[in-house]
Amino acid sequence: MLELVQRDDESAPPKGLIAARELMSQNVVAIFGGIDTPVSLAMVPVLNKEKCVHMGVWAAGTGITRNGANPNYAFRVSAVDALVDVKLLKFAHQKFGAKKAGLMLINNPWGQGNEKRLVAASQADSAIAIAGVEKFEAGDVDMAPQLARLKEGGADSIILVGNAAPGAQVMKSRERLDWMVPVVSHWGISGGRFPELAGPTAGQVDFVQTYSFFGKQGPVGQRVLAALEKKYPSIKGPQDVFSPVGTADAYDAMNILALAIAQAGSTDPDAVRAALEDLKASYEGLIKTYTRPFTAENHDALGPDDYVMVHYEGDNIVPVN
Amino acid sequence: MLIATAIISGLGLGSMYGLLALGFHVTHAVSRTVNFAQGATMMLGAVVCFTFWVTLKWPLLIAVVLALAVCAVWGLVVERVAVRPFVARGSNSWLIATVSLGIVLENVVLFTFGKDPRGMPPGLLTSSAVTIAGLRVQYLQILIPVIGLMLAAGLQAFFATSRHGKALLAVVQNKDAARLMGIRVERVIEAAFALSGLLAGVAGILVAPLFTISSTMGTLFGIKAFAVAILGGIESAWCVVLAGLIYGVAEGMITALLGSTYTQIVTFGPVSRSLCARMDCSAGCS
Repeated sequence: MLELVQRDDESAPPKGLIAARELMSQNVVAIFGGIDTPVSLAMVPVLNKEKCVHMGVWAAGTGITRNGANPNYAFRVSAVDALVDVKLLKFAHQKFGAKKAGLMLINNPWGQGNEKRLVAASQADSAIAIAGVEKFEAGDVDMAPQLARLKEGGADSIILVGNAAPGAQVMKSRERLDWMVPVVSHWGISGGRFPELAGPTAGQVDFVQTYSFFGKQGPVGQRVLAALEKKYPSIKGPQDVFSPVGTADAYDAMNILALAIAQAGSTDPDAVRAALEDLKASYEGLIKTYTRPFTAENHDALGPDDYVMVHYEGDNIVPVN
Repeated sequence: MLIATAIISGLGLGSMYGLLALGFHVTHAVSRTVNFAQGATMMLGAVVCFTFWVTLKWPLLIAVVLALAVCAVWGLVVERVAVRPFVARGSNSWLIATVSLGIVLENVVLFTFGKDPRGMPPGLLTSSAVTIAGLRVQYLQILIPVIGLMLAAGLQAFFATSRHGKALLAVVQNKDAARLMGIRVERVIEAAFALSGLLAGVAGILVAPLFTISSTMGTLFGIKAFAVAILGGIESAWCVVLAGLIYGVAEGMITALLGSTYTQIVTFGPVSRSLCARMDCSAGCS
């Protein structure tokens, strides 16, 4: 049986590092990462050095798993920015006919990483170009000047990379500008109360997820929902699953880790890492059925085919038709 | 369009900074100290108002009054715990003590209010707007500078004409003489910190519907408000509010013309310069 020990990184890299060191001192088998790429990017080099498995279940920064370390103890059951960015641009073009996308990016390593990959993705795809790149701080109130620059630059759509609170401020500023261009977003906005924060325009953002608890659920989905409702009385249905993508990723990641520990026959970090890289058992998970989810070269269990585009309907996250 | 957007947006932001900066002006005018937990106090006003109004569903008016009262009491606590003991020993450590108390408050709110930012429900002041140069300006965005200017005018008149206002200013000129004239110096300084807390509470309650409410919402605001207070010379309420408007417009214009990458670099540059200039002046005057 696995035991869960929780610490809060408070979305701050130094606090994440302190928490990671404390957990390692308790000889944990693996540390599950949170939503913030900067925190995971700060933790991974230390975990690689100290030989502790890092299982990313949300943060999508490419460098978290593709970090150049050998051996590499960082694994992930979540999206990867490099692949998500290609998907966001393609979706903006295919659904809205966008030809010039304006980038609104959080001013931190996650935003910077996405800027490089979005620019690279647009250079590889002649159908859509980048009209401009604007940054915002997590604590910014009004992003109208940044949006006005994108508008002046001829943007016909916005690609948004940021978490729920600043993402909501972007939507409020867009509303004030009365600039109703399509907004296609990375999934950071689903990590909080985006509909409450953004107000009436929350439903106008299409964003990427790895799973939706809405719609017809398979047997695993039904089982997980029932288990969630049993354990947490406040959950009455899929609309109450707070941060669904983190929930789904973490559920599958935990089960994969359990299988790896069983295969390794011990909690030795090298044995668990080797088992993860060559998992013999197939696992029918929430997001998909995993057959050898990781290899020595690929530490990301999910790919572009596993991403779904969704939007808010009220407080519910539902797939985009 | 680009410039107009930057100016209108900047005026709205600047008035928020100016409103918060008035608190720095009040305590500095009376005691030559400031409360660096001003940003945290602003956050406290927003959080308490949200808790009573939205979570506990009390009437808005009562929620506002309670939030302002809590902020005023918090101002008293800051003065008593983080300022008075150090000033009594002639130390400047009140500076870091007020910063520390602000961090303590932020963490207490983090654990009690929760980590996830919350949003005020839409109201008449945020759902109604006028369009100026292509930009929708919510009524609340117009109300904030109006309240800021009214408070500045009120403070200016209070210090310049009223007996109590003159008593406040007398304290900073010569504490012993003020005591001999029957002015209760400690009470006067306490009142200034309570008023400073109350002003931060006003700022928090007004900014909350335009922003998101969280334990860290006041951090950057507090820093910018102090920058504004410095740029405004901190001595005059009018100049502080005016500096807030100029700072906000400068921020908007830099973002619009140079790009958001340069906003913080270029706007904080003059603040450092201004601080240096004040230090030069102080050295020259002493």
